[in-house]
Amino acid sequence: MLAIVLATLAVAVFALPFLGLLWRMPWSRVGEVLGSAVARDALWVSLQTSVIAAAVSLLLGLPLAWVLARANFPGRSIVRALSTLSMVLPPVVGGVALFFSFGRRGLFGQYLDDWFGIRLPFTTAGVVVAQIFVAMPFLVLTIEAALHQVEERFDDAARTLGATRWYAFRRVTLPTVRPAIIAGVVLAWARALGEFGATITFAGNYQGRTQTLPLATYLALESDPDAALVLSLVLIAVSFAVLVGLRDRWLGSRRVPGRAVVAA
Amino acid sequence: MASRYEEAHAGVEVILNFAASSELVTQIDNGAPADVFASADEQTMNRLADDAVGARVFATNRLQIVVEAGNPENIRTLTDLARPGLLYITAAPEVPVGRYAARVLAAAGVEVTPRSLEANVKSIVSKVLLGEADAGIVYVTDVRAAGDRVTGVAIPDSLNVEARYPIVALGGSSNPVGADDFVSFVLSATGRQVLLDFGFGAP
Repeated sequence: MLAIVLATLAVAVFALPFLGLLWRMPWSRVGEVLGSAVARDALWVSLQTSVIAAAVSLLLGLPLAWVLARANFPGRSIVRALSTLSMVLPPVVGGVALFFSFGRRGLFGQYLDDWFGIRLPFTTAGVVVAQIFVAMPFLVLTIEAALHQVEERFDDAARTLGATRWYAFRRVTLPTVRPAIIAGVVLAWARALGEFGATITFAGNYQGRTQTLPLATYLALESDPDAALVLSLVLIAVSFAVLVGLRDRWLGSRRVPGRAVVAA
Repeated sequence: MASRYEEAHAGVEVILNFAASSELVTQIDNGAPADVFASADEQTMNRLADDAVGARVFATNRLQIVVEAGNPENIRTLTDLARPGLLYITAAPEVPVGRYAARVLAAAGVEVTPRSLEANVKSIVSKVLLGEADAGIVYVTDVRAAGDRVTGVAIPDSLNVEARYPIVALGGSSNPVGADDFVSFVLSATGRQVLLDFGFGAP
């Protein structure tokens, strides 16, 4: 009984702000705002950058999660702490740190500029870098946790049956943690989409190049609150659609580890 | 200013909240419990309409070009800002200094495309200070406050704008007596001297 009451309160915590938003929504202006160049540019920048950030997070984060879960090496706990550090760092601090490392005068940034002519601050690429920095830990954490649950002996069993390490990973481990991988990618994507502090600090704010939907919403709040409401609706609608769509199809089915072991 | 006021009025605590004027008005509009509000321009103050009756200008400010310490890009005039490859940043047009800067550039007939429209004036100073941006147009008081970590390049008086700062005891304040008292203090000779000491102009 108590659990139901508390759970209802929890739902209220989530639902009430959205209800408030919908209650104040200027429905008559939705078409006008959505059609504006600011909204279209912001949506395009946001989608482009968050998807790339999620993809890179998967490319780099999945191997990292696997190494952290499976390999035993000195300093592993430090590496793990480092991988998730940006989660607890205030995003603006993350942005400043990115300046010091990848900025024009940064530790590595100055070489990127001198040798390759690559400049990250105030560019779309800079937005992606900032997003990866804050979002990848979510993916690493999610996948590593799932890998810990999959018993290594299934891996070993497959290997004794003749499978190579890569084959065992691909056909045994991967299918089992697939829900966690998808969850990790979605979490990282959502975090990247909503990122504000690190992007506005490191990549600045310019329509069509670095102005993401959260940035556009924040600035609209000061000049045209109605437009800010509509932009918020876009963010919520996009996120909601992805989360609902993915949950049903991929995360709903739970497969027992034992059943996942099928001889090659 | 706050510490001087607290010294003169034992038992009173002045709580300060700093942000871009436009952001503060949004907060007040949405119920922030403020007693006094000071804005960087009259246009932003006017957004408060009835809540800001009786606003008076308490200080003025001027604009200045801010560049990295030592002026490595050798910027001397506003026209230099339009130099190709120069990384110029400004504030978003919602923020007072963004509008002031645009006016100065328009007066000088200089067209520059900024790389970023910042949410407040302090982040412009920070990014120039860090060397990540080459130049920005900010208030002279900001350049002064940053000390020798930045260099200021003067804007000719004929092209400069006078930023006028109004202050008001808010209509929705829960402490109207205290609010009026603080505003009077700011407008007094003592208050004016504090402002002049920091580089602001008299109203």
